Formats: sequence, structure tokens, C-alpha cells
Amino acid sequence: MKKTFDQTGFEEQIAQWRTFILERRAVDAPDAEELEDHLRSQIADLVKVGLSDDEAFLVAVKRIGSQDALSREFARVHSSRLWKQLVLTGDAKDDSRPSPRREFWVVTCLAVLAAIAVKVPTLFGLTLADDPGFYLRNAGLLVLPMVTAYFVWKRTRVSRATGIGLLSGRMIGIVVGAFVVGAIVANAYPFEAGGSTEFLTALHLPIVLWLVMGIAYVGGEWRSGPKRMDFIRFTGEWAIYMSLIALGGGVLTALTVGTFNLLNVDATIFTQDWLLPCGAAGAAVVAAWLVEAKQGVIENMAPVLTRVFTPLFTLLLLALLGTTLWNMLDVSLDRDALIVVDALLVFVLGLVVYTVSARTGSDKVLFIDRVQFTLVITAWALDGLVLAATLARISEWGWSANRTAALGVNLVILANLSWTAWVSHVMLHNNCPFARLERFQTWYVPVYLVWATAVVVVLPPLFSFS
Amino acid sequence: MYIPKDLVAASAAPLVLGILAEGESYGYAIVKRVRDLSDGEIEWTDGLLYPLLHRLEDLEHVEGTWGTAENGRKRKYYRITPKGRESLAEHRRQWQAVVGALRGTWGDVREMANERSRGWQYGWRLNPIGGLAT
Repeated sequence: MKKTFDQTGFEEQIAQWRTFILERRAVDAPDAEELEDHLRSQIADLVKVGLSDDEAFLVAVKRIGSQDALSREFARVHSSRLWKQLVLTGDAKDDSRPSPRREFWVVTCLAVLAAIAVKVPTLFGLTLADDPGFYLRNAGLLVLPMVTAYFVWKRTRVSRATGIGLLSGRMIGIVVGAFVVGAIVANAYPFEAGGSTEFLTALHLPIVLWLVMGIAYVGGEWRSGPKRMDFIRFTGEWAIYMSLIALGGGVLTALTVGTFNLLNVDATIFTQDWLLPCGAAGAAVVAAWLVEAKQGVIENMAPVLTRVFTPLFTLLLLALLGTTLWNMLDVSLDRDALIVVDALLVFVLGLVVYTVSARTGSDKVLFIDRVQFTLVITAWALDGLVLAATLARISEWGWSANRTAALGVNLVILANLSWTAWVSHVMLHNNCPFARLERFQTWYVPVYLVWATAVVVVLPPLFSFS
Repeated sequence: MYIPKDLVAASAAPLVLGILAEGESYGYAIVKRVRDLSDGEIEWTDGLLYPLLHRLEDLEHVEGTWGTAENGRKRKYYRITPKGRESLAEHRRQWQAVVGALRGTWGDVREMANERSRGWQYGWRLNPIGGLAT
């Protein structure tokens, strides 16, 4: 009886030592296996000459060397291990997750489906050249269902094993329903071809669908603030992976056209009609998968970029505000200028959100917090000017779909910036927890959904689809 | 007797290659063999043998294969390659040259013994704790 107890204690000690050794990145699982074999052989020999299990264990561990010395030597031989590698098809260590190989095939199928989906309308005679409006309105509807399907597949699979974060049938129903409604609105509304309501729908419908996809991403727990933050992080990383894939795609396209040119074959039609649209659609799914796979393996890039660009954008906004004020508050900004400034403000909001998303536990006020506060205040002032200009245009020219949408975006941004500025002010001076800002930003996400939905569903009939 | 780290490190690769030239072996057995061969004078930090084996593996001087030990656990066995034998021969020439040169400077055995005892005294005076440890 006593022997078995000792045996389990001994095994536990060895398991602990193994975990300890594996903590260092330079030592991988086979190395640990090899070292463990060494440790066990040494212990067996020491026990044979009369030491107890515990004594033998201590001596053997001492002889094998300190964790620091070991990992330093291993790192010298395997320096590549210090670069975190993204392993996409390894062995699944965690039983609750789908096997990576299986996931790879699911992703491949969905990516191919997305690539086919963008070409299906051509079967019905709807080509990009003949009806660009159709593709504009339906871009999100053709691609995002596959990305959503990936998350539905993944989240329901994970939860079956763990019982946590179950994506219920009701949630799936809501997501599917939203996509169906989106499809009806985008195609049943009698849009005037090339009109501004059509353009606004094309711009806002993907935002609606993306946020709806978020419900699948968070496994149905859309009420949870941290889960919403995860989705915000995912969005940023997805955008970065998409741009990286786009870079590679650009090289592929250029080489395709270039090499076939040498053979006197014109490949531009192929690249324009097939390679680019199908590639982009497939890339949307692949990028989602890459972000999922890399989670926790590689640093998040979006917060790093925001760190770099927050000070630069602060300078830009200060210069912009200064110039506007210098020109004696000339608020008759014209339409194009308003659009550019609106885009800038959306970007600033993104900078704020991603800086918040990377905020670690510490409540110490950092330099970047002060820079961000300046950025928020400047953006707030600029937004006020733009709002005034938009209102001036509305009073002068009356309501139009574009002006209403611009007004709404400005109000949505202004409300967010006002509260962000207030919370940041309190944080900088009273040392309230930084988590408050994060809570606010995650709480605000549904506002985007409501506004974008309103633009897609309500605005077109209001302005008779002009 | 204390053998400085540098000397241990320099002799590690030729020792491992030499032991593997006797036949296939694995980490723990190699460490034991080193102890036997040096009458316990050469003390390695056991774990550091493995990075060395892996480096020799990368250089294709040895090749490793996973097998099963007599206790049923997985164990990695190493075998010397022809390239490893060449390297071993090279090491041998280098060490022979070094040892030959040292012999030349040491002269006869009596002088060598004197040198050794003086060394001991210096050791004591300069570093009593280190001296006690050895």
C-alpha cells in the first residue's frame, strides 16, 4: 500500500519537474522527454545503491543542471525556437478542440465555397461589368456567411466537449435570420442604380453582417464585455492578416500577368475576373482561421501599430484643427472634405479602441495615455466642427440620405469620444481603473450595429431609394 | 581534482564522438561512460549533454532515433555517422598536437610534480573556498 502512495508522489514530482523545464521556450516536448528519461535512469541507479526515492530525485535533478543553464544551452543550439512559429497542423494537445487537420479541411472547403460564391451570380448573367451595383450591395453577403459558418462550426464543436460557451440553436437562428434579412433588403429594395442610398447600403451592410458574425464568434455570449473585446481584437488582427494576404496576392497577380505575357498570353482577364475576386473571398475565411490559430502564439499586431500611429495621428489632428481655426472657423467644409474627415475620425476611434484592447492590468498612467487623451480631445473638437458643418449643409440644402448618414456617424463618434474623453480625464487625474474605459468601449459596440442597421433598413425607403 | 569548465567544454564533443564510435548509445549511458573513463574526474552538468548531442545531430556527426528502453519508456539512441568519424579523427589529431606540445614544455616527471604542488599552494592562497571545494 505504502509503495503505491510513494509511487504516485514520485510521479507527481517528475511531472512537476517536466512542466518546469518546458516553461522555457527553447526546450520542446521531445527534449523534455529525453531529459526525463535521463532523470529516471539516474534515479533508478541511485535507488539501487541505497538512496530513497526523494533523495535520488533531488540528486538527479541537481546533476541534470539548472533550468537557466539548460534553456540557455538549448537556445544556443535551437535558436529558431526563440521565434514563435505558427504551427497550423500539429497534434492537438487539447482534446476539447477540433483536430487541426480537420480544421484545416473545413477552412479549405469554406474558402473554396466563398471563392465559388462570388462567381455564382455570373451564372445568372450578373457580371461585375454589367451590374456593379449588385456586387457592391452583396459583397458582404457572398463572403461573410462562410466566415460565420467557420465560427459556428468551431464554437459548437468546442462547446460540446467543454460545455462552456454553447452556441445555442436560437443564436444560430438569429445569425442566419439576420443574413437572410440582409439579403432581402439588399436585393428587394428598388434602389436607383448608382444612387446614394445604394452606396450607403453597400457601405453599411458589411458592417451589420460583420457584427452579426460577432455573435457566432463569441459563441453566443454577446452580452459578455470581455468576449466583445475578444471580437474587437479579432477584427483588428483579421484586417492586418487580410492586408498581408493582399500583399502576397498582389505579387502573385503581377507575376501571373508578367510571366504569361512572356508566353504572349494575356492573363489580365483571368486575374481580374477570377484570381482577384475569388482570392479575396477565400482570403477572408483563411485570415479568420489564421487569427484563430495564432491567438496567443504571436503578439497582437493591431495594438503595436496603434502604439506607433497614435502620436502621429495626434500631430495630424492637431495640425488639422489648427489650420481650420486659423482659417477663421471656415466651417463651410465641402462634401468631399467632410467624407475625408469622417473617415479620419472613424480611424481615430479605431486607434482608441485598439489601444484600449492592449491595455494590460497596470493602472499606472503612461505617456501613451496622455498622448491618447490629447488625441481624443482634438478629435472631439474636430468632430464638433464637422458636425456643425454637416448641420449647416442640412439647413442650407435640406435632408438627403448622404447628409443624414454623415450626421448619424458624427453623432455616434461624438458620443463615444465625449465619454472616452471624460473617462480618460478621470483616469489621468483620479486614478480610476483603466478597465472602465474598456468596459465602455465594449458596451458601445451595439450602438454601431443599431446605427448601421438603421442606415441599411430605414434610410433607403425614407429617401425613396434615390 | 577540479577540471575547469573550458577544458570540459572543449573535450565534450570528442568524448561523445569517441564513446559513440564504440557503438550506439543514449544520453544517460554516455554520461556514465564518461565518468567511468575519467575515474569520476570529469563531472558534467548532465543536462548539458543533450544540447551538445543535438548540435552534433544538426552537423550530421551523429544520428538520433527514438526507440524503446528496457523499462518500456521512449528513449533516444544516438549513432555515429561517417562524417562523425571524420570529425573524431580530426579531433584526435588536434588533441594529440596539444598534448604533444604540453609534454614538450613539461620536461621530466619530477619537474611536473613540483609544478603541481606549487599550483596547489597558489590555489589555496588565492581562493581558499574554491580550494576547499576541489
